[in-house]
Amino acid sequence: MSPRTRTTITASILLAACLAGSIFFLTRVDAMRTTATLDEVLFINSPKWVKRLSLGYDGLMADIYWTRAVQYFGSRHQAQAKSFNALAPLLDITTTLDPKLLVAYEFGANFLSPNPPFGAAQPKQAIALVEKGIQANPNAWKLYYELGFIYYMELKDYRQAAEAFERGSQVPGAHPFMKILAANMAQHAGDMQMARAVWTTTYESSQDKYIRGNAVAHLRALQVEEDVTRIQDAVTAYGKKTGELPPNMIALAKAGLLPGIPIDPDGHPYKLTSEGRVELQSPEDFPFATKGLPLGYKARAPRDLNQAVN
Amino acid sequence: MNARIGSIAMNTFREAVRDRVLYNLIAFVLLLSGAAIFVGQISIEIEKLVVINLGLTAVSLFGVVIAIFIGIGLVSKEIEKRTLYTVLSRPVRRWEFIVGKFFGLTGTLVVNALCMAVGVFAALLYVAHRFVASDAQILVAVYFIVLQFVIICALALLFSSFSSPLLSAVFTFALFVIGSFSEDLRGFAAMTHGFTRWLSTGAAYIVPNLSALNVITPVAHGEPVPTQLIVNNTLYALAYAGMAICGAILIFERRNLK
Amino acid sequence: MIAIETLNLEKTYMVGFWRKRPKRALLPLNLQVEEGEIFGFLGPNGAGKTTTLKMLMGLVFPTAGTARILGKDWTDPEIKAQIGFLPEQPYFYDYLTAHELLDYYGQLSGVPAKERKPRIEEVLRRVGLTEVKGVQLRKFSKGMLQRAGIAQAILHNPKVVFFDEPMSGLDPMGRREVRDLMAELKQEGKTVFFSTHILSDAEALCDRVAIIDRGELLRVGAVHELTSAVQGKVEVIWQGSQVPAALKTLDAECVVTGDTVRAVLPEKHQDAVIDLLRREKLRLNSITPVRTSLEQYFVEKLKSSEKSAGANG
Repeated sequence: MSPRTRTTITASILLAACLAGSIFFLTRVDAMRTTATLDEVLFINSPKWVKRLSLGYDGLMADIYWTRAVQYFGSRHQAQAKSFNALAPLLDITTTLDPKLLVAYEFGANFLSPNPPFGAAQPKQAIALVEKGIQANPNAWKLYYELGFIYYMELKDYRQAAEAFERGSQVPGAHPFMKILAANMAQHAGDMQMARAVWTTTYESSQDKYIRGNAVAHLRALQVEEDVTRIQDAVTAYGKKTGELPPNMIALAKAGLLPGIPIDPDGHPYKLTSEGRVELQSPEDFPFATKGLPLGYKARAPRDLNQAVN
Repeated sequence: MNARIGSIAMNTFREAVRDRVLYNLIAFVLLLSGAAIFVGQISIEIEKLVVINLGLTAVSLFGVVIAIFIGIGLVSKEIEKRTLYTVLSRPVRRWEFIVGKFFGLTGTLVVNALCMAVGVFAALLYVAHRFVASDAQILVAVYFIVLQFVIICALALLFSSFSSPLLSAVFTFALFVIGSFSEDLRGFAAMTHGFTRWLSTGAAYIVPNLSALNVITPVAHGEPVPTQLIVNNTLYALAYAGMAICGAILIFERRNLK
Repeated sequence: MIAIETLNLEKTYMVGFWRKRPKRALLPLNLQVEEGEIFGFLGPNGAGKTTTLKMLMGLVFPTAGTARILGKDWTDPEIKAQIGFLPEQPYFYDYLTAHELLDYYGQLSGVPAKERKPRIEEVLRRVGLTEVKGVQLRKFSKGMLQRAGIAQAILHNPKVVFFDEPMSGLDPMGRREVRDLMAELKQEGKTVFFSTHILSDAEALCDRVAIIDRGELLRVGAVHELTSAVQGKVEVIWQGSQVPAALKTLDAECVVTGDTVRAVLPEKHQDAVIDLLRREKLRLNSITPVRTSLEQYFVEKLKSSEKSAGANG
């Protein structure tokens, strides 16, 4: 064998070994670094410095931070994390680098305010972020919507919510329902119809799959709430009529209290317990449901927010 | 065999040391370390932070620039300028040449990094007036920077084995930039589907993982670097450099020299 | 013993950007160089001389064919300890001094540490660079660089030395010195293989030459064979200014200078011209053989190869 062939074979084998080795160690390093990378963001006191250090490549850096924010939230959300400390800073940096990145403000509005594992439980930060967005984009009606959304959904401050929707409705090109939302907020704030309208609006007006998925999950929960309330009322009515608890759903239907066997948004029939409680067959498919849950059931985040979008 | 590799390495080292580019860049870094002192005085609590951040970033960035310049100059230019003819007409194997160059280059950069790090430590001493235990972590950061250099040198050699000096410098620099965002690239790859996912995942794992070798921010805040990370990063850097060098050898063995 | 041998050594390049076309830099070459001789490799620029040398040095890989140096396969790395190479217009590491350069090369060639210093001194003296041994090479003139190149080629006392255009860039003094050196090397029993396009040097030095053009070997032989009167001419000088008409049939070129005529014609017509002059009652002054110089031979050979190439291509 010529020396050249020998070298070729040795080098090739070594190359393959090193390639395998480098990928192996890379994955190990990655595993150690997952929290490290993004927690570094907490050290950055001034997003303005990040902008300066970007040397003019703000757009690209904004995109990178945006990607990190989404990934950060997604992975922690799936891991049922109890805190999302880096989310606000990440979004703050993203929007400092690119103030016109509207989806970042939307993301903050949707996921900074709710409680873990659905959000960072930081509604005040959410408000601050969206206000910052409004300053930079006064003609983005959507941001006023997001502001109103936070006040309505999390803080339950219906006056502020109405005000935000009102401001937004005056922006040229605003969606007509802004006016409707503003008008109805005062009277019907606590109504399920309101909630449904708001979530439907969020779903239809956003293009981010996380936000849409989240909205759909909420809408499904609202549907469940409506269903369970109706069925529960039927059970009560049955009890008043017969003095007994209904044995099953068919009895309710036969008694004319329900049009048919009630099914949940997934098509599975609701259960009727022996104590007369209405329950979902698979509560884990409805993360935001407040009714129809077995006693002592704790809400868990869905495995994949994308799943909710169909 | 080893004697020849050693000769080539020593000669490479000597070449680099006599090249004035090296001195200018080192001087610049030392200057920056000095400047860091003034910048830090803008806010009293973060003097130390700024010195470490700015100093180590300068060591890293300029070190990479040096690595690329000298790396390309020492191999690509050598091939192009035909100094190589008289070397290869001797009982020197082509692979010995690559390996010797690599050791000479890395040796130069290690010395380089140490010189520049001394500058950073000097500036640190000036602003903090004494060292604390956590400052030892700065050495870890410098060590990681050296590992970055090792990878960059190996890549510079790889590209020099088949490409012109200019293109080699461009490719190496490009991989340095992309490698600094390799974690983001992997994150991006995880979010895509289908063919794009396959392609971007492949790329994300081939690109050098330089972002993990940058611990400047945590070290500036006095955070310790876990030993496990040091070990794995070292092994990674060695494996990656080994891969690039083997590639360089395979290509160079076959190359017709103009 | 055959020092250098090539067996159908050939090189074809693929040139072009989109559609690659083959360019034959060297047609299958069969050459043998005896040990101890000075062998010249002649040809115009681009003939394939440097390509051949680079293949023998292992810098370029042949498309086909093999070679042997001192009986061993030319790819054997160990054989390289026995050969020295001076490339055309060599470049060296600018920042090294001559001494350091030779020390480096000495290490690479495996010259033991003890021997290295004395050998370096000796070689420097031989090429006349002793005074500047501590000067960095970037300050060297072209001639000095050439000498440094020769120094590194003979430093490790190789048995076979390859020079590519060793006289290029040298002034006449320098060329003389290099020629003397090459003669000395032969005296020491070394084989010298050098390529050049300067024919007078080849004529002066070589035992044998090979003529190559456009990648094709045209002729190999001893210098005197090639220049001797195979196509030799004679110069005939007679008194007067009369040029007999019959001379035209004898393929003669005549020049009248003052009171003599000088005619150059092929040797085979020598007797015919003597008879002619006697008949015309012209007084013969001298008949001298004219040796073709290598240059003339060279030009003739190239012209004819051009013609045949033109006819074919």
